[in-house]
Amino acid sequence: MRVSYYPGCSLEGSARDYDESLRAVFDVLGIELREVEDWNCCGASSAHITDDFLSAALPMRNLEIAEKENNDLLIPCMACFNRLKSAEKAAIGEIKTDVKTSYKGKIKIKHILDFLSEDSNLASIGRFVKKPLTGIKVVSYYGCLYARPPKITDVTDYEDPRSMDKLINILGAESKPWSFKTDCCGGNLALTRIDIVRRLSNNLFDMAVEAGADCIAVACPLCHANLDTRQKEISDEYGKGYYLPVFYITELIGLSMGHSDVEKWLRRHLVDPMGLLRSVGLM
Amino acid sequence: MLLERNNRSSFLQEIEGKREVEISSCFQCKKCSNGCPVNFAMDIMPHKIIHMIRLGLKDEALKSSTIWACASCETCTTRCPNNIDIAKLMDALRQMATDSGFDTAQKDVPVFHSAFLSSIKKRGRIHELGMIGEYKLKTGDFMKDSRLGWEMFKRGKLKILPSGVRGRKEIRGIFDEAGRRKRS
Repeated sequence: MRVSYYPGCSLEGSARDYDESLRAVFDVLGIELREVEDWNCCGASSAHITDDFLSAALPMRNLEIAEKENNDLLIPCMACFNRLKSAEKAAIGEIKTDVKTSYKGKIKIKHILDFLSEDSNLASIGRFVKKPLTGIKVVSYYGCLYARPPKITDVTDYEDPRSMDKLINILGAESKPWSFKTDCCGGNLALTRIDIVRRLSNNLFDMAVEAGADCIAVACPLCHANLDTRQKEISDEYGKGYYLPVFYITELIGLSMGHSDVEKWLRRHLVDPMGLLRSVGLM
Repeated sequence: MLLERNNRSSFLQEIEGKREVEISSCFQCKKCSNGCPVNFAMDIMPHKIIHMIRLGLKDEALKSSTIWACASCETCTTRCPNNIDIAKLMDALRQMATDSGFDTAQKDVPVFHSAFLSSIKKRGRIHELGMIGEYKLKTGDFMKDSRLGWEMFKRGKLKILPSGVRGRKEIRGIFDEAGRRKRS
């Protein structure tokens, strides 16, 4: 099988661990990732906050290029996913835009979570599990833009999404129910309103602990940045001793496959997951 | 104060006309404000912003901390019983505040977005290190997050050399077109 892949800017830098683990997992699954030729930044929140034309035109260029390949288009970042879906809705006339485009809306735009949790892919992942993640309790954190607003994302279970939970369970880990799956971590305020990010992320840590989780799974570079890189300072500010490693879902899949590069990915995290993995005999 | 249908404030006309965000069906149920995860950082609750637009209180709305605290999480838009796109309204208000050079309540946030977009304009992709550098230069705050930056750098999370798209002319063209539309 062959799919188009739009990594997005973070996966070239701060979320290299996500990109590396994703490519490794797809390689094992035998699914060919074709990077969208000469892709550009989707504009992210900065474009829609600043200018409507930019916010549609920047992602549209990527859709026009991807459509020529005529494969499903997979996106690992929630913000990129949301912006490209928004451009799709503009192209097919569901939302108004001044942007002229050749994009016809023929290809399916999927977040990695949706693609990997499709029945056939879920079964395929299950077949490659060599080291079940028994003993790890995980809360799945989807963040905002994977599900909302549903008129853009086409996600139907937007108040209680399940795709990541299905993946966690098939890996042999235990996905813990919690009601903060789609609550905000502060997202694009990561570098500007750190006060807001700390407070929102502290809520998430608090609730993850209450849910009985010992780690958090994410599928978005910005969620990871807020929850992993700022966890220590949030712990210090709120007088908590949080130890909640934050895994990209693809890292957990790679771990369960016994992939040889796992340590390389996990060494990039600020909250070192090795302690947790050793405690359950996975390292 | 009640406004007649034919006495719509010019602020309301601007929001619903030029900015294309319909807000007239709001019946002040406060679902947006109550469900907002960032409401603790807002000086005026989102449902009140909507009412202020009806009343024509433009300066007050554009000066509010609300529009810059909004994290664009889309909870309000998803839950509004009248399908008002409140997140888009926040975009419209932010655009109006920056376009008119308004003295905004939260200066760092628009400065960040401008650094972010200038990074895209240059290369077509975000180079995180360069973008953060430009943001720091413009705000003058070099100490904030310096330790975190170092920790990320050590782990190879900050790419030193930028990558860029070959189609820079196309990207530049998109920005030029956006500029022309803004001026017209």
